[in-house]
Amino acid sequence: MKIHHHLSDELLLEYASGNLSEGWSLAVATHLALCPECRRTLEAMEGAAGALFDKIKPAPSTSSDSWEAMKARLVAEEVTEKRPPVPAKRSPDHAFVIPEPLRSYLGGDVKDLKWNALGRGAYQIRIPTADKDTQVRLLKIPAGKPVPEHTHDGREITLVLAGSFRDGSDIFARGDVEEADGDLLHTPHATEGEDCICLAVTEAPLKFTSWIVRAIQPILKI
Amino acid sequence: MPTMSLTVSILARTCHNDQKANYGSLSRSSHGVRMKRSDRNLQEQELSNAELSRLLGLVGAERNVEAFETLFRFYSPRVRAFMAMKTRDALLAEELMQETMMSVWNKAAQFDPARGNVSAWIFTIARNLRIDAFRRKRPVFDENDPAFVKDDAPPADVELEERQDAELLRQAMESLPPEQLEVIRRAFFEDVSHSTIAEDMGLPLGTVKSRIRLAFDKLRTSLEGRR
Repeated sequence: MKIHHHLSDELLLEYASGNLSEGWSLAVATHLALCPECRRTLEAMEGAAGALFDKIKPAPSTSSDSWEAMKARLVAEEVTEKRPPVPAKRSPDHAFVIPEPLRSYLGGDVKDLKWNALGRGAYQIRIPTADKDTQVRLLKIPAGKPVPEHTHDGREITLVLAGSFRDGSDIFARGDVEEADGDLLHTPHATEGEDCICLAVTEAPLKFTSWIVRAIQPILKI
Repeated sequence: MPTMSLTVSILARTCHNDQKANYGSLSRSSHGVRMKRSDRNLQEQELSNAELSRLLGLVGAERNVEAFETLFRFYSPRVRAFMAMKTRDALLAEELMQETMMSVWNKAAQFDPARGNVSAWIFTIARNLRIDAFRRKRPVFDENDPAFVKDDAPPADVELEERQDAELLRQAMESLPPEQLEVIRRAFFEDVSHSTIAEDMGLPLGTVKSRIRLAFDKLRTSLEGRR
């Protein structure tokens, strides 16, 4: 598997710094599981953070002796993790389509999923997160068909897990990620031959609190 | 407990080229040159990554409290400063610092002195605790997952290269233009979005993004140059 479309540095930096919310982070972490190249960039970013950490202006202790408090804890608390955990045995005959962390969010691999029809042969599964700002879904698009509900405002990340889709002259296959913002007008289509399964993270639709606005929202298509 | 004297070996610097062998011999004979340093000196001085790795290795291998004290005196004011940037609450920052250093003590055996960058490792522990403290979630990949795609880059001399990474990165960071460094510093430490950084710095978001890209292009190149 060769990945051609990677995470942008901006997105990866948000993830590396811990400032990216759960929904977007799920797409980033799942891509990282498939992409050694982006993991190397992540490592370089964490290395950069380490170099900055050395240069940070130290904040002296406000309590009288911070070290004494620490030492008391070292004595009081049992060592909980002495050795690195032993890696779980790999089972080569069992190939998962969906890597962690996404598989745990879905509760299983592709064969275990319960899809909901979305019209025009497409299916979706909504993936709940604690993050109110994003909408996270797994989509299954039939070969040759357009990616549904694709008029959007704001940021969007699509990660391909099976099959592929075409957007303009670009083809996105397993592991590839497409980042888009509201300015981009595009109509991706699943390529012929195989259904495309992808993780789609978008900004959550705006929710208006006023019932008047809510009532006219479908009419204005906002 | 007897009065503790800070034990800082300066041998590591002179044996920089053969760090692994050095680490082995030092962990057996335990300590080389003894010298006392005041807290303030240690806070402001820069310890080399080789020295920090050696100390963390001692903590991991033999629960060496003196080595840990040196690490604590070096890192705790930095971790505290990092935590205070987000919390603006000195007590909470102190508590999160203590949690971070406790984690360093407990997880030290998982750190591979031959491969790692100590400051980067401690940064990730502090970052994760800061995320937990604010009840946020950050999904992570699992290296032991059968679907995880391993790096098939040639393994030859990886250890040597990784050992040099910390030093290469440090040098590359120093050669970055200050405006790029400032954007990265804010991104890591201020816990705000890139658009907030743009607003605070009075820059268009596009400029912030391009500075990030330019900076990491350069850092990537400097790391690839060694291969």
